[in-house]
Amino acid sequence: MALSKLDNLYRQVILDHSAHPHHHGQLDDSTNQIELKNPTCGDVLQLDVKVEDNKITDIAFSGYGCTISQASASMMTDAVLNKDVSVAEDMVEDFSNMILGEKTDTGILQDAAILKGVSQFPARIKCATLAWKALHKALNNKQ
Amino acid sequence: MDNKNNQWRKDFPILDQVVNDEQLVYLDNAATTQKPQQIIDDIMAFYQNDNANVHRGVHTLAERSTEQFEEARSKIQQFINAKHSDEIIYTKGTTDSLNIIARSYGEQNIQAGDEIVISYLEHHSNLIPWQQLALKKHATLKYIDLDEDGFVDLNDAKKKITDKTKIVSIAHVSNVLGVINPIKQLAKLAHQHGAVMVVDGAQSVPYMPVDVQDLDCDFLAFSGHKMLGPTGLGILYGKEDLLNSMPPVDYGGEMISFVHLFDTTWNDLPWKFEAGTPNIAGAIALGHAVDYLNSIGMDKILDYENQLVDYVLPKLQAIDDLIIYGPRDPQKHTSVISFNLKGLHPHDLATGLDMEGVAVRAGHHCAQPLMEYLGIKATARASFYFYNTKEDADTLVNSIVATKEFFQNGTI
Ligand SMILES: Cc1ncc(COP(=O)(O)O)c(C=O)c1O
Repeated sequence: MALSKLDNLYRQVILDHSAHPHHHGQLDDSTNQIELKNPTCGDVLQLDVKVEDNKITDIAFSGYGCTISQASASMMTDAVLNKDVSVAEDMVEDFSNMILGEKTDTGILQDAAILKGVSQFPARIKCATLAWKALHKALNNKQ
Repeated sequence: MDNKNNQWRKDFPILDQVVNDEQLVYLDNAATTQKPQQIIDDIMAFYQNDNANVHRGVHTLAERSTEQFEEARSKIQQFINAKHSDEIIYTKGTTDSLNIIARSYGEQNIQAGDEIVISYLEHHSNLIPWQQLALKKHATLKYIDLDEDGFVDLNDAKKKITDKTKIVSIAHVSNVLGVINPIKQLAKLAHQHGAVMVVDGAQSVPYMPVDVQDLDCDFLAFSGHKMLGPTGLGILYGKEDLLNSMPPVDYGGEMISFVHLFDTTWNDLPWKFEAGTPNIAGAIALGHAVDYLNSIGMDKILDYENQLVDYVLPKLQAIDDLIIYGPRDPQKHTSVISFNLKGLHPHDLATGLDMEGVAVRAGHHCAQPLMEYLGIKATARASFYFYNTKEDADTLVNSIVATKEFFQNGTI
């Protein structure tokens, strides 16, 4: 059955992150914030980031989206928490390269590296990248 | 209704293919229909034999292409039972047609304080042109409520349409809820108050017999690509006296009679609204699509699709956790069926179905205000056409169940 291919997209880790997302909610003391929409599906992602001394010291996301976008946001927050802003920006690039099927070092991405399988589902790439795009924009969007 | 007995399916070679290791089941017909081989051949034959620009040459090819181009117009006229062929204007599609009405009739007739009345179920293309017109003219945009089945509510229409109303514009068949709206009664109401009735026929003209004189609508917009024709070609129907009174929206070749240095007189209908070289092959192909549909008969197409809905809707309703929008009664539901699996985003559902070969649409269906009205963000949507069969319906049902199990249990 071709549905077995779904396993490549929806690995258990992804389903777990989506069902029980990490860092879900809002921050009272964020320094950077962004709301991003995916106009084709109506998904909304709000990302709150707290940056101190060029380091991400707290992060939270909220909004609405599919399994992939929710899991990706959860994994992204895990991966970038307590990282320097410049490192996080590098990770945005690594993730983008990985999703586009390009060779890249994904070790630093932690769980998020498992979203590599999305590259075989072109229609869903936008879902996976939404959170990382939001991070990039938030880091450049100081309140 | 099964593959064996469906004599039209063989005309659509695209259906006979494997995607993701499964037989394709194409259920995204509300977005665009497939094209029969005959029409694909006709388009090629036109470019191989007859291609020339229309209305501007005395040579033989120009005459041939012009004749076919105008013949298609007459076919389309008869197809919707318009009184005159000059009431049929070639446009790019439904969206273009509705924009032309707003920019021409709307700009000319709407004044501050006037009302434009639409409904909550409109496609963005029958919403934004009126919204922007209302903003620009300081007019009021009003929305008619939907009843519990999702039909445009006539009782509310009676309250919303007043003597201040100048334009009422409603979708004949919803692209989300699978309802056929009471256009005839709405047109009557509109006329009682001196307003014009605009009908978005994008989903109705492909699906059922549509008679503009019987509906007594003033304008009708529809798209060729949703009724077997190519993309990029649609129709604006308007009553002759209205079209005659309206200014053109685009200027250029074809739409003029005499051009002087400082003024110009407009060409007659329908060419006044057809500036520039039109989509000639597209128009001729739409004429052939009309021939194809007529060879089956629109009554028969409607009847066939009703039978498919009778078959599939109860099966879908029997799936636990599947929420279905629109009327529960299959007799009231068109072959556009929107649904959601509880707890699963429609994109995940659609990806699951795609892995089973089933093509459905997922998203807001260009109807964000309707999604908001329903209190949801998006839906999945299966839409059938006459080349779909019971087997297609079964595959849809089975694939939804399999996808549901995958996400609920993580196994298949
Ligand atoms: C009800 C309705 N109106 C308008 C449109 C717009 O049609 P088109 O994109 O061909 O202009 C569609 C198609 O999606 C539709 O379903």
